[in-house]
Amino acid sequence: MGDIARLVAKRLGLGLLTLLVVSVLIFFAVELLPGDIAQAVLGQGATEENVAALRERMGLNKPAPVRYFEWLGGAVTGDFGVSLISGEKVTTAITGRFVNTLFLATYAAVIAVPLAIILGVIVALLRNTIFDRVANVMTLTSISSPEFFLGYILILFLAVKNPYFPALASLSEGMSFGEILHRTFLPALTLVLVVTAHMMRMTRAAIINLLASPYIEMARLKGTPPWKVIVKHALPNAWAPIINVVALNIAYLITGVVLVEVVFVYPGIGQLLVDAVSKRDFPIVQACCLIFAATFILLNLAADVGAILTNPRLRHPK
Amino acid sequence: MKKPSDPQLLDRLSEAARQGRISRRSFLHYASAAGLTMTGATGLWTKQAAAQPQRGGTFRWGLHDGNTADTHDPGTYLSRQQIYVAHTHRSYLTMINGDGSLGPDLATSWSASADASEWTFEITPDASFHSGKKLTANDVVASLNHHRGDGSTSAAKALLSDVTDIKADGDYTVVVSLTGGNADFPWLMTDYHMAICPANADGTIDWQSGDGSGPYKIDSQEWGVRCNLSRHDGWHGEGAYFDKVEILVLNDPNARQTALVTGDVDSVSLIELKTMGLLQRNPNIVIQNIPSAGAITMPMHCNKAPFDNVDVRNALKLAMDRDEIIEKIAFGAATKGNDFHHSPAQPYWPDDIPQREYDPDQARSLLKKAGAEGLTVSLSTADSVYAGAVDMCVLYKEQAAKAGININVVREPNDGYYSDVWLKKPFTLVSWGARPTPDVMYTLAYKADAAWNESFWQNERFNEVLLQAKAELNDTLRAEMYREMAMLARDDGGTLIPFFNNFVYAHSAKVGVPDQLAASWECDGARAASRWWFTS
Repeated sequence: MGDIARLVAKRLGLGLLTLLVVSVLIFFAVELLPGDIAQAVLGQGATEENVAALRERMGLNKPAPVRYFEWLGGAVTGDFGVSLISGEKVTTAITGRFVNTLFLATYAAVIAVPLAIILGVIVALLRNTIFDRVANVMTLTSISSPEFFLGYILILFLAVKNPYFPALASLSEGMSFGEILHRTFLPALTLVLVVTAHMMRMTRAAIINLLASPYIEMARLKGTPPWKVIVKHALPNAWAPIINVVALNIAYLITGVVLVEVVFVYPGIGQLLVDAVSKRDFPIVQACCLIFAATFILLNLAADVGAILTNPRLRHPK
Repeated sequence: MKKPSDPQLLDRLSEAARQGRISRRSFLHYASAAGLTMTGATGLWTKQAAAQPQRGGTFRWGLHDGNTADTHDPGTYLSRQQIYVAHTHRSYLTMINGDGSLGPDLATSWSASADASEWTFEITPDASFHSGKKLTANDVVASLNHHRGDGSTSAAKALLSDVTDIKADGDYTVVVSLTGGNADFPWLMTDYHMAICPANADGTIDWQSGDGSGPYKIDSQEWGVRCNLSRHDGWHGEGAYFDKVEILVLNDPNARQTALVTGDVDSVSLIELKTMGLLQRNPNIVIQNIPSAGAITMPMHCNKAPFDNVDVRNALKLAMDRDEIIEKIAFGAATKGNDFHHSPAQPYWPDDIPQREYDPDQARSLLKKAGAEGLTVSLSTADSVYAGAVDMCVLYKEQAAKAGININVVREPNDGYYSDVWLKKPFTLVSWGARPTPDVMYTLAYKADAAWNESFWQNERFNEVLLQAKAELNDTLRAEMYREMAMLARDDGGTLIPFFNNFVYAHSAKVGVPDQLAASWECDGARAASRWWFTS
């Protein structure tokens, strides 16, 4: 287990370095956007005079590197600064939105991951039957359609034509947990449709790949039923690639859902990021992007650790 | 959602209800037969037969333009979310009535000195802030001063640039002194930036708390997402029929439309023109198509060749088929422009000015006269200017080709269009929001020395009359002056005005609205919350 701890420590260190590089890239990418924040805040109605006054008040007249290091100095001590426009603390502005995003991602993952793995096992078992083909065609169709389109289709059939679910996933205070689940069902379902295919097909492929191995043949020869061959013999050795794909898809559920948020008017972090970019509100953009980057780093790390833990050969190296 | 099997039947029924020829029961019976749901039918009956406002209900209102970074600072009001929230929870000195006239909000009356350079506003003693504090002249002075002075970052600074002094005279009188006469000053007080906030002891305002003296007070709010308000019982005005108002930011057009169709909201501030026809067929939804003073303009820089020649400018104006553009680009939801920036939705509109029509032959002969046959010009545009802006320019290119004009349509980036393209490129497409009076519009964008004189047009007579009209308190004389200015702008000016875009918004059939809807913003001048009601 000491090896794992060392690996985790090393990867976390590299992760921090990655975050630093990401923060530099984000900062200068925001700098490169045409127009500036004072202009964006005051809009078409701005005159040069009050744009200048606003720039001064926001401290934008300092050179870019100075502003970056000021921000970095705060960030390493845990102070991510305040929104340049509203003056609200970045952590306050982001927390509620991030919790919403995590909730939706968890909701979708709780449905999608078991569904995808169970479906993957079943289609591996029934490979090349009509069930396998139908499952493949359906999941591939849903992954190939843009997610906003899937969202619109679901709204059309489950909210407009048959009003089972609300079309808007807007949350308000004092909603019960059941109500929240009902309100956010359509966006969660959209995400489930988007991520299921990838995980299901990886499960299927990983299992089928192993079915040609001699030890599977041995299991078959001793008369083990086909489902047991797959669940008890093939699946344990297939976990590593499956965990990798699951981690990748969960990261996507957190970072890539802005379109779904827009279609269902769900107040998540993606919408916040888009708003902040359009206004050039650098501290918010930076914090959102770092959260996204950290999500990827941590989930990748989790996938590697998971792969090691499920593989006795890696768990006990000679 | 059932579709009406017989839309004509509905129209006949409505007419019968209006004239009292049919009972409520038979109306509901036949209306259901025509495919209307019971709620819709009841709403329609009440609207046609008994348009009496009623108290109660929660008005859920979907807005099309809101950002997370919006704030309560009136100096940075920009998005629809800010403007609509402002008209719901704050008050202004004056307001634009449904019929387009100027009416009282906080100010019960106003009067000017003989030369219109000093204005006195009497403030109602009945107004109070949601915090319980009485609203006095001090709050008004501080709120207006927020847009003035060297340190001000307000976007409305230019609007008050000719104000020299604002002072309180007692608790309920405010006196404003101007550098010169301005007969429109009370109209300026309807500008959305001029919201009245509570004054701090040092003469600044407390905008941060979100306190206001409007019809509804904010219970909870998350910018860019929602705002929940409840009725302010101490409101000084009339109306505010709803008990609660819930404002939702629905930036996605499809989400907005779906929310309206499924009944998740009672009104939306904008519907897409493309789908207007489809939505119209839904009997439970009412679409409002209101001519506004917002305009699409195409300024040509009069100080640069070839636009320095008035014949070239007029040839370009004649080379546009406005009817086709309104039909194909604006889906009919627009009022034809006539190359002067004064809309029928504004006061003093001259209705007897001949409409400029599409005339490629005359355009060709003007070009010949100017020695500019085979003219080639570049026209800069961007998609963000207006939905269909690029298509519109391409259509214009085709129309102008018939007059022998070759237009190069240049698609510019959306980002920074108004800082990098507008006022810089010689021929551009621009979108203007509605301004309350012709004077405000002309002073802002047509006056010789205006910072935004977008066509760099210098016409001595126009500028002379503009100043005279500004200080003229006699309405008849003023209307004559605006007529002369309109003729000058139309025949000599550098701005082609294809159309004034309509406000197209919708509400559920169970929402009652007044006979006339204000054209200053969508949704009855952004005051739907205090002017509309539920009928059932």
